[in-house]
Formats: sequence, structure tokens, C-alpha cells
Amino acid sequence: MAPKIRSSEITPESVFRQRRVILQAAGLGLGAAGTGIMMPERVNAAAGADFDNIVKWAGSTDESQSTVEQATTYNNFYELGTDKGDPVKNADKLVTEPWTVEVGGECEKGGKYALEDILKPHTLEERVYRLRCVEAWSMVIPWVGFPLADLLKRFEPNSKAKYVEFKTIFDPANLPGQKFPVLQWPYSEGLRIDEAMHPLTLMAVGLYGKELPGQSGAPLRLVVPWKYGFKSIKSIVSINFVEQEPKTSWNVSAPREYGFFSNVNPEVSHPRWSQAKERRLDGKSSGFSALFAEKRETEMFNGYAEEVAGLYAGMDLEKNF
Amino acid sequence: MPRVSINYSRLLKPLVFVLCLIPFGMAAYGVVSGKFVDPVESLLLISGEWGLRLLLVTLCVTPVQFIFKWPGVAKLRRMLGLFAFFYATAHLMIWVILDQGFDISDALSAVVEKPFITFGIVVWLGLLLLAVTSNRFAVRRLGRNWKKLHSWVYLLAVVAVVHFVWQVRAAEILEPTVYLAVLTLLLAWRFVRLVKPGSGQGSKKAAAVSPPL
Repeated sequence: MAPKIRSSEITPESVFRQRRVILQAAGLGLGAAGTGIMMPERVNAAAGADFDNIVKWAGSTDESQSTVEQATTYNNFYELGTDKGDPVKNADKLVTEPWTVEVGGECEKGGKYALEDILKPHTLEERVYRLRCVEAWSMVIPWVGFPLADLLKRFEPNSKAKYVEFKTIFDPANLPGQKFPVLQWPYSEGLRIDEAMHPLTLMAVGLYGKELPGQSGAPLRLVVPWKYGFKSIKSIVSINFVEQEPKTSWNVSAPREYGFFSNVNPEVSHPRWSQAKERRLDGKSSGFSALFAEKRETEMFNGYAEEVAGLYAGMDLEKNF
Repeated sequence: MPRVSINYSRLLKPLVFVLCLIPFGMAAYGVVSGKFVDPVESLLLISGEWGLRLLLVTLCVTPVQFIFKWPGVAKLRRMLGLFAFFYATAHLMIWVILDQGFDISDALSAVVEKPFITFGIVVWLGLLLLAVTSNRFAVRRLGRNWKKLHSWVYLLAVVAVVHFVWQVRAAEILEPTVYLAVLTLLLAWRFVRLVKPGSGQGSKKAAAVSPPL
């Protein structure tokens, strides 16, 4: 890893580690330290290092944000366990150093890229997006990242690249969830190329101004704000340009329940529960008062219809759920 | 010696009573302390799981009584059953009031449209019927029919397990497997006793140690 750092670059991992040690030693790294005994002690987004020079994106929502604790202790990341509290407990089992992303398929510049090389040319932005889980809860999270399109263009996809397939790390020796066939491992997701190239689609490396913690999909994850959360694949090790619609893990597991598109759509109900409303988990809802917080109406495309509805013009969204 | 056993059995019921309240206490503590990120979801889960677990535990009373030759355990049956009903009721209330925001038309359409919710309601209605007929007066009043009525609890347990398994996401395996295994064992034990002469409910020994409560 290069010790020479330009301000426009990501801080190298080695420096992260150092800083993390310093922060922890100073007792500053634990944002939840004062929140009581129930919060997991060790891991927390605030344990990651700060990013320098983040550009604030103009399109961010100004809705009340979820707290760091909410966003980083309540996660669906089955590689680290199926309970929502498991990922934060097992976050250290996700080994992110060194990290390589294999790029292949219908493109000119495929190959194995070190994480540093993936990130180097990109300016980091902070984007506050709504995140709507298919389980009918939602959060508002300030991500740090850059448009996926900017990254994909560097690999020069050709005209046969109709879809992009992503895969999460497969490491059953370390990742406790992958010891069981609960889903098709490695976790796979996919986007149509125009979805992948859409300016809202974000390649995230951090949240709340700090590097992604393991439970949030370190070191590199997707954020597709108008789709249900499971489309936003975590801890990406593979990007593949393909001609046919790729298989995706949840679709393979339950095709009637989870479609390839999985756009947030209040009118198309999940077979077992309604998608019309959602429970917002944000800073305003905690403790006793959270019990009586009213659910809100889910918006079409999670409130991003103006930007993305055009992608699906003429499509029957009930069929292509 | 008899005195010791009397003291012990006197302690058993209050002890189990307190044990049955632990999930309630933990849930209340979780809400007040802010431990739950999504408290409504957590309460739904805890109340539902313990309703189901206690229902299965209630059904274990008779087998335990026979297998371990421990007649005293029968005293716990009604209390355990009522606790199962208590958690099931809390589960329903949490769903209607907190999750559905008391929107009765929303709740009713969910009951009609989503079969796993229909199953849940069926279980609760069944448990309600058993709970209100669990007192001495009802036992005396119903006579022979009491036992017939209360043997429906096995069907309710089956429906309750289906209700649970149906809402499980693809990835959760251990918990549903445990419930299914316990339920299967319970039903198998009952079935064997029904068909095997001499070991069945008609035997004198069984009648002697198995009062209808």
C-alpha cells in the first residue's frame, strides 16, 4: 500500500488501522459507549476512520436520519448470522484486508483489481438516501461513495453487456453464516445495465462519514435506493458484465417472493405481507415512544419515482416485481 | 420424607410462575432501555415465540408425568396453558394496536388475505375458548365434554407451528426445526398411547395420575 496520500485519495487501510487503535485507546472510537449496556460493546460504525474531503451531494433527503446505532446494529447480512443483531457481533470475522475485486465478462478492461485501484480516481460524496427493507422497515442513512456508473465505465463494457452481476465474498472458513446453506452462496445480485448506470446507484465505502463497518458490507457495497434493501449487495468481490439476466440469491431462494427487479412498490404486496406501509427507524423513534410511532405510507420507487420511473416505462410492474 | 416432597411441590408452582414471567420482564426492559432497534418487531417476535413455546411446554406435561413417573407436574398444566394464552394475547394486541396502528380495516384485510395471519387468529380464538373453560366451574359443567374440548389443543399447536413456520424467511432453519421436532414427538407419543392397548389413556394408572386439570 502506498504510504503517499493525496487528499483526493482514500486513506490507506494501514492508516485506518493505526487511527482505529488510537481512537479506541483514547476511548473516542465508541460512539455507543454512553448508550448503556445493551448495545454491543465492540463494534460500531464510529470505530471506523473518518474520510477526508467528502463532497456533500445536493440531492440528499433532509428527513430525520437513522442513528449510527440503528444503522449498524440492526442489519441483514446473513453471512454474519441471520438475526439482525448477529452481523455487528460477528463483524470482525469479515476479513477485508487485502481486498480484491474481480471484474469480468463483456468488457474491455476486466481483471483483478486491488481495492485501492478501484477507489483511487473517485471523489467521495456523502448522499443521504432512504433505505427500504423488504421486511417493511426503513432507515435514512448518509452513505459515503461514488456513482457506480463512474466505476463501471472504467472497465469499458461492450454492447453485449446487458446486465451487471455482483457477488459477495465467499469465505465459509471465517463467515459463520456461510457454514449453512441458508442462501445460495456466494450471495449474488444483479442490475440491468441502465439501472447500474443510473446516477442514483451508488458504490458505497462508508456511512456517517466513516468507513463501512463489517456489518454494513465493508469495504465496498452497492446502494440502490429505489429497490428493496437486499438488492444493495454487500462486501463485493466480483463484478461481471453479462448478456443474460443473472441469477440472484433471494430470487433463487423464493422466486414467488423476490423478483429480479425488486423495486420498492407499495401496490405489489409480498405474498406474505403488505408493502403498503413501513416503519421508519430513525433518531426520533427510540425507547418507549417508538412503540407508538405511526407507520408511514411507502412511496413508489421509495420516493425516487421522478428519477427512475423512466427506466421501467411500458413494463408491467406487477409481473416484473 | 412426605413433608419434603410437599414443600417441594408447593414451591414448584410459584417458581414456574415467576419463570414464565421472565420473557415479559425482559421485553419490558428491552423497550424501556432502548435495546430494541425496532421495538414493535421485537415485541411481536418475543410474545409470539413464547406463546408457541409455552403451548408446546404445556403439551409436554402429560408425557413428562408418565415418562418420569412424576404425577405432581400435572399441577402446572393449567398455569402453563394460561401463560401460553397470555403471550398469545399480548402477541395479538401488539399486532393490532402497535403494528397495525389500531387500523381495524387494515388488520382485518390482512387476516383475510394473508393465510399465515389467518392461522394465527385461529390459534388465538381456540386458546381463548380453552382459557375461559379452564376453571373448575367449567370443568364440572362440561363433564366428559371438557376433555374432548381440550384435546383440540393438539390441533391448535399444529396450527400455531404452521403460523410460525410460514412467516419464517428462507434462511432461518434451527428454530422452526426444533418446534417441528417437538411437535412431532408430542403427537407421536400421543398417537402411540392411543393405539397401543394397555399404555393408553384408558389404563387405570393413567387415570389415577392424570386429573383433568
